[in-house]
Amino acid sequence: MTDYNPAELTVVIGSRSLQDGQIVFVGAGLPLLAAVHAQHLHAPTLSILFEVGGVAPQVRIGSLPRSTNEARSVRRSVATPATIDMMLFLQRGLVDVGFLGGAQVDKHGNLNSSVIGTLEKPSVRLPGSGGANDIASSANKVFIISYHERRRFVEKVDFLTSPGFLDGGRSRENEGLLGGGVEKVITNLGILEFDKETREMKLVAVHPGVSVKEVQEKTGFELLIADDLQVTTPPSAEELTLLRALDPERRFLKAGEF
Amino acid sequence: MNYREARQQVVDKNKGARDKRTTLTEAVAMIRDGDEIAVGGLLYTRTPMGIIWEIIRQRKKDLTFYKTLLSFEGDWLFVSGAMRKAVTSWFSGGVTWGVSKWSLLGLSLRFRAGAMGIPCIPTKSMLGSDLETSAGLKRFQCPYSGEELLLVPAVNPDVAIIHAHAADMYGNAQIFGPPCMDGEIARAANKVILTTEQLVDNEHIRDNPNTTTIPFFCVDAVIELPFGCYPHECYGVYEPAYAHLGDYGEGLLKAEDKTAFVRDYLENYFYKPADFEDYLSLFGVKSLLETTRKGRIWRL
Repeated sequence: MTDYNPAELTVVIGSRSLQDGQIVFVGAGLPLLAAVHAQHLHAPTLSILFEVGGVAPQVRIGSLPRSTNEARSVRRSVATPATIDMMLFLQRGLVDVGFLGGAQVDKHGNLNSSVIGTLEKPSVRLPGSGGANDIASSANKVFIISYHERRRFVEKVDFLTSPGFLDGGRSRENEGLLGGGVEKVITNLGILEFDKETREMKLVAVHPGVSVKEVQEKTGFELLIADDLQVTTPPSAEELTLLRALDPERRFLKAGEF
Repeated sequence: MNYREARQQVVDKNKGARDKRTTLTEAVAMIRDGDEIAVGGLLYTRTPMGIIWEIIRQRKKDLTFYKTLLSFEGDWLFVSGAMRKAVTSWFSGGVTWGVSKWSLLGLSLRFRAGAMGIPCIPTKSMLGSDLETSAGLKRFQCPYSGEELLLVPAVNPDVAIIHAHAADMYGNAQIFGPPCMDGEIARAANKVILTTEQLVDNEHIRDNPNTTTIPFFCVDAVIELPFGCYPHECYGVYEPAYAHLGDYGEGLLKAEDKTAFVRDYLENYFYKPADFEDYLSLFGVKSLLETTRKGRIWRL
């Protein structure tokens, strides 16, 4: 089974990035699917947190939640705290990984899910932060999933909803933020990380058949390229079968752009 | 509302354990134009839809709504003219108006500070982001540790509107599954209007006190209202009317004039029905039964 669409590829790579035993705070969209996939396939003790208020829920195949905020995303949780207490697990340092999608991401890993244009003159209004800012501010590290294209990978976000490394260098630490910031950006073209000093985005892996040139062309700023650039292993039949069983209606796994 | 004034309002009110059962009409009549309202639930889970429905029918005006995450009801309140302003961290409706200016923790902390009876509370969230400026937050250096923090102001709304799984006639309210921010907004607000799936005896509450999220002395009105979140979900009782919401969302997406589309929906689902039962009958017995069957905890 070598045929898969960009969303399927990205979710599988996202799923692999999570490890058994981790506590992961999961945002809406593809991260939800990736975390549930990981829990069913290779990380049975992965503890998922959804902002609605479920600790370590076990989502059933055939009953995929449509958002992180409904009864299905609380199924068989070990506890159901108030929203605020879910979010405060982050501030306390109890969350290993924050897992987010993003409408716009910049070269320092900052995310915009609020507005394209300016607050005063928006060209597109987006839903807002929800818990994304809190996850990006305080999770011990953050993974981002995004579709890779120039208008999403920008030099500087129009509105900084959720902090990555702010202006780069030590600026995140200087603001007094707690969490470790963005460790990984997973896209349909490859995997990106950040330079340890400048905190600029660096391409560390491409998916099979993707060239560095293509990634650069679809990025709105100059990328750093890792010396030991890797090529990812394509999704296996087992990974794809489970993924398609989880989302038979293809609510998340739409063809083309996600 | 002024911090001291908010405290005085609950100091002065009759908090005794009396029979608070009333009708939706009478309860919503307590809300005055211009009031600040905190809404229970989260996105489309345990939304106090019956109360929102009645607010729109009574043609209330200039209200400010606080809700952690807004779903389609944001459009309904806005287009009907009931809502002047929304304070939220997320809005996923279709008619565009305003930008969400808070993080979920930031707004939740405002409710908790209100519930704690303090005027503000510090947090590490939103530091260095554009939410810090859009929400107009003040910086604060911890006098003990020297840590940089943001202070978010408490909110003490005039009225909190909440739907609970079970409540007695005094207003002791029990919520199963995630309580969302309902415990906090009930304590932060000066008045609480509560609908419940089922009215239970006080003895039932006393048998299970650990599931009581809201004690009676916070509550001012109790209305038994089965399916009171419809077409949204009530955890473990019924799932969202996914088909209805899906059709609505698709219609809204396609509509050239989105405001007219919402007005049309309001006319059919909010203004025309004679009462709440009449409203529920618009969804039909099939929808009510199907969402109930699928929404049971062991079926999720």
